[in-house]
Order: sequence, then C-alpha cells, then structure tokens
Amino acid sequence: MRVATAMTNVHYVLHAPQGDTYADLLFTMIERLPRRPPVTYSTFQARDLGGDTAQLFKEAVANAFDRFQPQAVLVGSSCTAELIQDDPGGLARALNLPVPVIPLELPAYQRKENWGASETFYQLVRNLVKPADKDLSAAPHKPSCNILGPTALGFRHRDDVREISQLLQALGIEVKVIAPLNASVEDIRKLAQADFNVVLYPEIANTTAQWLERQFNQPYTRTIPIGVSATREFIREVTSLSELPIPVGLEDDMHSVWYSRSVDSTYLTGKRVFLFGDATHVVAAARFASEEMGFEVVGLGTYSREFAREVREAAKKYQVEPLITDDYLAVEEQIKHLHPELILGTQMERHIAKRLNIPCAVISAPVHIQDFPARYAPQMGFEGANVLFDTWVHPLMMGLEEHLLGMFREDFEFHDGAAPSHLGSSRVAETPVTALREVAQTELPKPITAQPASSAWSIEAEKELGKIPFFVRGKARRNTERYALEQGLSTITVETLYDAKAHFSR
Amino acid sequence: MNPVIPIRSAETLGCANTAVISEKGQRQVFCGLTGIIWLHRKIQDAFFLVVGSRTCAHLIQSAAGVMIFAEPRFGTAIIDERDLAGIADANDELDRVVSELLARRQDIKLLFLVGSCPSEVIKLDLSRAAERLCKQHMPHTRVLSYSGSGIETTFTQGEDACLAALTETLPARTSQGKHLLIVGTLADVVEDQLSLLLRKMGIDHFDFFPPRRSTTLPAIGPETVCVLAQPFLADTAKQLESKGVKRLEAPFPLGAEGTTQWLQVIAQAFAIDHTRFEEVTQAPRQRAEQSVARHRTQLQGKSITFLPDSQLEIPLARFVYQELHMKLLEVGTPYLHRQIMAPELEQLPSSTRLSEGQSLELQLDRCDADQPDLIVCGLGLANPLEAKGFTTKWSIELVFTPIQGYEQAGDLAALFSRPLARKLKLVA
Ligand code: SF4
Ligand code: SF4
Repeated sequence: MRVATAMTNVHYVLHAPQGDTYADLLFTMIERLPRRPPVTYSTFQARDLGGDTAQLFKEAVANAFDRFQPQAVLVGSSCTAELIQDDPGGLARALNLPVPVIPLELPAYQRKENWGASETFYQLVRNLVKPADKDLSAAPHKPSCNILGPTALGFRHRDDVREISQLLQALGIEVKVIAPLNASVEDIRKLAQADFNVVLYPEIANTTAQWLERQFNQPYTRTIPIGVSATREFIREVTSLSELPIPVGLEDDMHSVWYSRSVDSTYLTGKRVFLFGDATHVVAAARFASEEMGFEVVGLGTYSREFAREVREAAKKYQVEPLITDDYLAVEEQIKHLHPELILGTQMERHIAKRLNIPCAVISAPVHIQDFPARYAPQMGFEGANVLFDTWVHPLMMGLEEHLLGMFREDFEFHDGAAPSHLGSSRVAETPVTALREVAQTELPKPITAQPASSAWSIEAEKELGKIPFFVRGKARRNTERYALEQGLSTITVETLYDAKAHFSR
Repeated sequence: MNPVIPIRSAETLGCANTAVISEKGQRQVFCGLTGIIWLHRKIQDAFFLVVGSRTCAHLIQSAAGVMIFAEPRFGTAIIDERDLAGIADANDELDRVVSELLARRQDIKLLFLVGSCPSEVIKLDLSRAAERLCKQHMPHTRVLSYSGSGIETTFTQGEDACLAALTETLPARTSQGKHLLIVGTLADVVEDQLSLLLRKMGIDHFDFFPPRRSTTLPAIGPETVCVLAQPFLADTAKQLESKGVKRLEAPFPLGAEGTTQWLQVIAQAFAIDHTRFEEVTQAPRQRAEQSVARHRTQLQGKSITFLPDSQLEIPLARFVYQELHMKLLEVGTPYLHRQIMAPELEQLPSSTRLSEGQSLELQLDRCDADQPDLIVCGLGLANPLEAKGFTTKWSIELVFTPIQGYEQAGDLAALFSRPLARKLKLVA
C-alpha cells in the first residue's frame, strides 16, 4: 500500500475482510494525505466464505478498473485472504484488462511491512521496465540518476527527496525519475534511462536497484546521506559515479557542525543513547550520534531482520550487543537494563520512553502523526543534519538549565512535576481524543514499588534520595535497589545509596 | 411532563417502515477488535489477547497503542506459519502464551481470547481453548472468548460480542425486588450522573454492565430488567433475554430529549410517579436544553449525512434532527436492528434516506450529489473529504467522548458545531 499510495496512476485491489480497510487511515490520518489511498478492498464477510469470495474479488477488480482507470493494477491478499487461497493474480488476469496486472505474493505470515513494500516496488519495476527502454543511442548528455525508495508513510521521505534532489542538482546531476513517491507508470518505464541510481532507503529499494544493475548496468549508491560526514561521503560517491567536480559553497547552510562545537553543547558529551528502528536509520543515526553529537552509543537494534548484518557490524563499532527483534517488550527490557539518557527510536520506543521517563526522539518509521510536520524537516543532507541536531537536543535539558534544576529543586517552577521550560507548560501532548484520557485515568495507579524482592529504604536514605534532582531520581532509585539486591542488602541506607552511585558511575 | 414541541410540523415523522438502501460492497469500517480500545479501560482487571495475524496486531497497535500512552492491557498472540500447519500446535502455543502472560501480570483477573479473521478461517476453536485454560487458571483468572473478527463484526460490535460472552458468567441474584441493569460501556462520569438521577427518583437497585472490575459482576434474577445505553448491543440483549431478563424498549440517552425519554421508560417500569420524575429531571433537562440551544443557532437548517460506522448513527440522527434542527440527508449504519431502533426510527422524519451496509464508492457518489454541510464519517475518509471541500466530523470521537445524559448534551452538540465553526474561523 505504501508503494501504490505513493504513485499517481496505479490501483491496488486487496482481497481482505472489512476491518482491514482501517489501513486507509494510516495514510489519511497519520500522514494527513488529502486523498484516499488508491486501494479497493473486496471486504468479504463470513457469509461469503462458502464459495463466492473469488467472484467478489473479480467484481472488485473490474469495478475499480472502470472507476479509476489506472495505468497498472496491483492485486494481492491480506493475511486472512491468504488463508482462503483465492489466487488474486489468476482471477485478475482472467478479466483481460487492457493494462498490466501485477500480482503480489506477500506472505504476511512470514514477512513484514518493509519487505512487502520492497517486493511490491520490485514487482512493479520488473513488470513495467522493458530492455528496449534503455536509450543506448543517447548523445553526450548531462549525467543523470534516479532516486529510489521513498514511499508514502515513510519517515520524512517527502523532505529527504527534496533535499537530496536539490543537492544532486547543485552537483550538476539531472534527476530523471523519483520512485515510487509521486511516480507514474510512465515514469517507472523510464527508469532504465538514467546513468545510475541513488538508493535512499535500502529497505525498500535495494532489491530493485540490484535488478536494475544486473539488467541495465546501472550502478547504485551505498551511502545514506544522514549526517554531515555521510553526506560528504555521499557527494564523493555520486560525483565519482558521474565524473563531476564538487562545486564550492555547497555546505554554506550547514549549522550543526558549529552548534555541536559551541561551548553550550558541552553538556551533550557522552550522553548515553540507545537506538532502535529500521536498520538504515539506526546505523546512520548511531554514526551521527557518536561522531557529530559526541554521544555514547550504549545500545542499538533493529526490527528488520533482513538487514541484521548491517546493524551487527555497526554494533561492533560501538562495542555493544545488537538487539534484533520485533518484540517491543524485549526492547523495553533492554532499555530498562541500559538506562540510557536519550532514546532514538520509533513510535513504539516513544511509548517505552514515556513510561520510563526517558527523553526520546523519533528517527525511523513506524511513526505518529506528529512526525509529519508541516514545516520542511528532512533527515538527509546538510539541512537534515541541522534538523537532527535540533530534534535530538530538544528533549534533553538545555545546558545551564540542567545545572539550575540541580541547584534549586525546591523552586516553584522547577519542581518534580514541571517540564523543562523549553517543552512548554504541558508535558503531555493532548491527543484529539481527550475523552480516552479521562477514561484512562480511572485505571488504578500502578504501585511504583511493586517489587516483592526489593530491599526497604531507610528513612534517611529516602530523604537523601529526595535531594537528588528529580530527573535522575528514578534512575538513582532503580540503580540503588538493583545494587542492594545484588549485594543482598535488606535495608537501603544513605551509604548504600552512595555506594550504588559509585558502583554505577562510569 | 413537558409536551414535546413540534419542530417542523410539516414533516411527517416515522421511519419505521421506510425502505432501506441495503448495500453490499466495499466497506470502510473498523473490525470488532477495536472495541478493545475502550473495553480494556472500562474493565480494569481484564486483559484482551487477540489471537490473530500481524494485520490484527498492527491494527490494534496503530489504532490503540499509538493513541494510548500507558501499559496496555491488550496484546496479540500472532498466528504464524507454524500454527497454520497444525491446529494442535497452535493450541499449545496459545497455552504457552497465556501461561507466560498470567505469570507476568498477576493483576489479570479476566482474560479474553479475542478471535480474529485468521483464527476463524483456520477454525481455531477459541471457546474450547478458553474452557481448557479456565480449568488451568481458575479461580485466579477466568478465561472467556469472543470474536472481534472483521468477517463477523464491525467496530462497536466487538463490545457486543464481548458483553454477550460475559453475560454467561453473571451470577444469580438472590435478593428480592425489582432490579435494573444498564447495559453498555459508558464513561464513568456518565455513570455517576445517571446513578444520581436514578437514586433521586427512588431507584436504588441498579447496576452497570460491564462493571469497572470483573470481580463485581452484577447479579441478575427473575426481577431484573435491562435497558440498553448503547445501540449496538443486540446480541448481549438477546443473551440477557434468554436468561429471563426483560428488556425495556427505549430511545438512547442522547441529548435532552433522548435522555428524558430513556429515563422515562425506566421510571415507568419502576412505577415512579410523574411529579417525582418531573422534580428530578426538570433542572438538568433545562440545563441540557439551554446548552444545546447555543449550538442550534449555528446548526439549524444545515444538512448532514452519516456514513456507516458505529451503529450510533440513528440515535445521533434523531438528536441532530430533533434538537439541533438539522436536515437529514442520508443516515447510513453498518447494521440496522429494527427492533432495537424502533423507538428512534419513529422520531426521524420519513424523508430520511436510510442505508444499511455499504458500497463505499456509490455512497460517496451520493454524497457528491447531496453536498451535505456536514459529513460524519470514519477516520480513513475524513481528510480526503475535507480536501474535497466537505466539512467532516470523525465518527470515532462520538464513540470515545462521554455524550450520554443531560450534562453531556451540550458537548454532544458541540461535536457537530465545532467543525463548521472552525471552517468559518480559518481564513487561509
Ligand atoms: S479485519 Fe480481521 S484480519 Fe483484519 S485486523 Fe480485523 S480481525 Fe484482523
Ligand atoms: S492523533 Fe490519535 S487518532 Fe490521530 S493518528 Fe495519532 S494516534 Fe491516530
């Protein structure tokens, strides 16, 4: 769906039960798309299961074609339809539509979303690009490339594409086709005409780029231009592919490097950061975090098993144990264990961060509506680096404020419940569905000290704990309790508190 | 009682016999799994384990997990290829997941195994599984099952299926006297307000179902009567009736009128005398009417279409027609239960176009032709319709906001007036 929705004149007919139509809202609500995704669902019900689901599907394809007049039709099954084995590809072919019909086999029981998007894109390209399309007779021309990988519902894809297109143009490289985002079927047919491909999102475009390389000798780029160093590397890569010089003045609008060196940023030194998300963003973000922000990477991981190797390699660089899983509880366990000072993750990690009261910024899909900002906010290129600097620093305390909070914790503005001043007055962003929160409040508060095996705090130690600034108090409490447990202490005294502090300080 | 003032006498009332456009085609509704979003908040010691595919997990996560920032009391046991190969394995797997879950979450007193499309298509017998697991985990945790699958249920029907399953476990009532059961998840604040009104009238023996905790399930007996507070609970009502509980037929407590009529039915059943009823309801009713009137000035004469979503459409249509004087174009509902809706249908103008089920594209064509001033629709359609110049209201907000009872009548009206007011406000 992310591929079909990104494109302009394809239509996807999905064999699926009615509830699966919720998928539309991911695009119209979360991404705030002003149009419905070009998807028709067969929406079969229990009473259809007897036999005519196949007929239902055929009707859905025929109706969708008549109504939307797409230039290509994609057909596929949702998890449930897979089980009833109707063969959408065969059924759709039997209709003899005058446009290409591309069946998708996306085994939902084994594979996940990014894989599905990648496979969809690959099947589209394979079915639409014909060898004859390669324009071999071309006279001397401006070096050209395609940009591959951006889709609908991608994390900042819209802005990355703009940033990288501008960068390529500034380098003197013509961008022929951007796909699948905003591409038409005709655009896809022209893919083979460019000199090389820029792969922005390997999770989605690698398979296609590899195929294009095999078929048409089109090389493709490996560097993901996230962060200043990586962007410079990317520039070297594309200029060498197109044999062009690097123009001057390219880096004029770059601020992150200087901001990072400015004295106020000292407080960022060695902040312990945990990263989780798709492999590409995690690896790139880890590098930016470590080399350009001066953070310490204490853990990283990905949910995309297909790219586990890349993440393992990166983990080696930071000497941490990589976490390859799609179980968010395992991620939560790991975060609890590592107690980082900043989490860079997906929407799921944002929930975890909120529960554990740890600052967090989002670096990868899946994302929330607020990750589709109205303003221009790329992750890639030099402007992307500026954006990363801002958004990652934002959830952390600002330089002097961190010290003031430590000194004046009784201050009426700097009490436990107050949010850092730069976060505004309301710590919790209101969701449009406020009523939910009201209902939510009726839930019994969870006992905070519900650890049966934990040691008891002495009154003095509890008091001493109260003197610790609130934003690290939770961590101090947890650490001390863990330490006491490990040492087999039944009561926590002031000494235990400071012993633990010494034990865990690094 | 105050006479109902005729609003537009020219219009004949009563939709009970009008032909309904019955459509079958692409739909745009949630499946019943989504009921978990509010049910897990209402029944505070219950856990909902969806036995389904990644799509189900994704739905429940993106629809709920993304919105509710707290440790959720729901999860998905994902059916994978291995389970497809053998049902026996799937059962073992399920037992394992449940045991792990219950070991980790001691606070779970009631566990629902929630069926999905995949579990139904592969014919995983969850009721048997629930029985088996019940034996293992009782008395600490009771295990029940129901289906929230998209091939069986839409959106709010998930609650119906859940409550119908829970009905089986209601204990027998031992104490004497007439007893009222108010059926359907209501916001706590609404429950509190309604309780107060009922007590003032002199009705003391009543319970809300579902309860806030599964350990305080209401007892039912031969003298129990029930009244629905939500319109989508046909199966639950049927279950209760089969256990000898008599159902009171009433409109739903939406708006000043709806609430009065709903309370009146109860009052009659409990032989509360007329003056007493008036005394108790007069002040809040007036408050409700006043707060609704403020919105009426903006909404009067504006046309409205409801796309099918929650089965709340018909009572809401009655409210916007009766109290906000809006013009009803099409009122679509995923499923029309004539009997339960009878008291509502009587009060709709006979010109209303009722539709049941959905064929999305055709319905949107009708919208285009009608050009309503306001469209109530699901989240998937709202922004695209806005982009086409329509004004919309998300129907889900009407499910997730306390809208029942007198004190909420104004809030309910505001849900309709706000989108239009906003449109007037924005200049760019
Ligand atoms: S419609 Fe069926 S398959 Fe889809 S989310 Fe709902 S229960 Fe799962
Ligand atoms: S704000 Fe709520 S409803 Fe809107 S996209 Fe986010 S989670 Fe969904």
